[in-house]
Amino acid sequence: MTAALPSRVGELSPAQFRGRLRGTGLGIRIGPFAVWLQARVRGLDEPLRRLYREYPLVEAGQVFSCHVALRDVQRLRPRPGRYVRFAVDGRVPHEDLPAEQALAVFEWGLNLVIALRMHCFLMLHSAVLERNGMALALPAAPGHGKTTLCAALAARGWRLLSDEFGLVRPGTMSLLPVPRPMPLKNESIEVMQAFAPDLELGPIIPGTRKGTVAHVRPLDDSVRRQHEAAPVRWVVFPEWQAGAVLSLQEVPPAEGFMRLATNAFNYEMLGAAGFETVRDMVNASRCFRLSYSDLNEAVAQLTSLADSDGG
Amino acid sequence: MGVEPNDSAAVVRGLVLAALRDPCTVPALPTAHLDLTLRLMRRARLLGRLAWRLRQAGALEAQPRVVADQLQSALVISEARARAARWELNRLAWALDDLRDVPLVAMKGCAYLLAGTPNANGRLFADVDLLVPEADLPAVELRLHERGWMGKELAPYDDLYYRRWTHELPPMTHVEREVEVDLHHSILMRTARLKPAPALLFEAARQVPGSRYKVLAPVDMVLHAIVHLFHGGDMDDALREIVDIDDLLRHYAATEPGFWEQFWPRAAALDLARPAFYGLRYACMLLGTPVPESVSAASRGGAPPVPILRLMDRLVRDALFPQHPDAPSRGAELARLLLYVRSHWVKMPAPMLARHLAYKFYVRHGRRAATEPLHRADAGAVVRSR
Repeated sequence: MTAALPSRVGELSPAQFRGRLRGTGLGIRIGPFAVWLQARVRGLDEPLRRLYREYPLVEAGQVFSCHVALRDVQRLRPRPGRYVRFAVDGRVPHEDLPAEQALAVFEWGLNLVIALRMHCFLMLHSAVLERNGMALALPAAPGHGKTTLCAALAARGWRLLSDEFGLVRPGTMSLLPVPRPMPLKNESIEVMQAFAPDLELGPIIPGTRKGTVAHVRPLDDSVRRQHEAAPVRWVVFPEWQAGAVLSLQEVPPAEGFMRLATNAFNYEMLGAAGFETVRDMVNASRCFRLSYSDLNEAVAQLTSLADSDGG
Repeated sequence: MGVEPNDSAAVVRGLVLAALRDPCTVPALPTAHLDLTLRLMRRARLLGRLAWRLRQAGALEAQPRVVADQLQSALVISEARARAARWELNRLAWALDDLRDVPLVAMKGCAYLLAGTPNANGRLFADVDLLVPEADLPAVELRLHERGWMGKELAPYDDLYYRRWTHELPPMTHVEREVEVDLHHSILMRTARLKPAPALLFEAARQVPGSRYKVLAPVDMVLHAIVHLFHGGDMDDALREIVDIDDLLRHYAATEPGFWEQFWPRAAALDLARPAFYGLRYACMLLGTPVPESVSAASRGGAPPVPILRLMDRLVRDALFPQHPDAPSRGAELARLLLYVRSHWVKMPAPMLARHLAYKFYVRHGRRAATEPLHRADAGAVVRSR
């Protein structure tokens, strides 16, 4: 009789997790990706284990989408101190960053790897959630409150698919989940703590290139169902503006197409397949423009849209 | 001298060579080796080639998702780069429309694309390389400047280095696009010891049917790939270049009448016997290129003295393969460095090499004033007043 092998990160004891992370590494399944992660950085083990505890483990010796390694380095420049170095498959794609930011460096680094490498998908720069079996895409440039709105919807019963990537396999109209910790920035952190006190946050990381960042742990359900894609039904271009009156306006498909195509990371890279995929998505969806300042109002509006529009 | 092979290097060589020679065996590898193969091929910029061949064999769809996704992604990237290269060629033809008498010879990746050689499939295209008669370069450069192609801001030394010593102008890029255009007037630096005459290349160049462009004649195209490998400098793309050489040799041996008969005399006529010897040798040794015995025998006339050859064999073996991503070897780094120095040694006289490397060292480790840009107008004046 042998005990069953741990199948989720959280089934490893903190010591086991730490040992693997600092040893040869461990495999984590994140949506369609198998990520091999090795991290020898002081202070990173605990928040990583906490935020990723629901994620399935992938055993060593499999094929991985990428091999990521983070490690501590001592440097004199730009100023003396401890830095974290992010490497993917033995390459270092960007400069070392202060060691306290290691968690954010991992999250952003993984985004970078996905964006540069995974061109088998049309990649929208979009949050994606699901309700009543159908997907809502929230494509937006940084600074429009995409992550905040996404975390808020996830806290109110929507299933999180992703806060950053709308992944679609060309030839399909389904959005693939790639649930990840959601990085709230600056004022959004307090806003979200007030909006949904039950959400679990990672450590507060000041001084990153995007200011202060704290990651919201995705709810267990969204991680457990990360293999369940959802057909796109609503494409909403959100814009947060201080003091704005709530407005959700349907836009014509042509406008939806243009905005979605320009939002994608790799629309041009995919050539004809990119055009066809965006076209099919827009044809299968209703497209809207959303202006809001109040999170409660925006969430209520989108939820009532989903509940009234059976598709 | 520390160039000892170790286990990981031997594993790397075995996996990479198997993936190049028999791509269809890759999916059946134990998963840990399959994983490493994908990582190595990506690093060597050959993942697209592997993916293309697996797709041709109908083996792509059968792969597990995590494998198929990586291969499919590599295909998307290589197709996007090929599309960008074709479009750049289209725009260049438009921009140079009124210079009809100037022959434009596409080289390297673009030539493979235009000539439809098998190595174009799944290849990761980078720059557009054109060969233009030196007398026509100022007119071509001026016209491209007028139509939106700009040079990068270069330090005065670098700009002068390009114009006075090399075989190409500083790279240009159109303001609306990202593809780099390199205008060459020769296939080797002015200062190189070997002197292949560009006039011979233009004479033999072949018109691409229905196109504004020509490509080098088959033997010249292979010789250029070989020269690029052994005089190009950095070794990051060296394996891919050996693959080009192997593919081109097999392709033209089968499709071009008299290819092998012309090969060695042409190498000699172009003053490229030494690199041609190396090219045939390493393509044969690594990828089993079928070279007729008579050509091999003739090529031994281009061989270096035995001690040098032994050293080259060792360095090429160690430097050519991608590094194991988790266990990089010092020996391979050293071999790459030595081949890099060699590639400079053969293309410039010793005092100039010393000056050049000193400058490069200074820029890398003490850069300050060296990066002050030279105005583009001044750069133009340099080439026109020469």
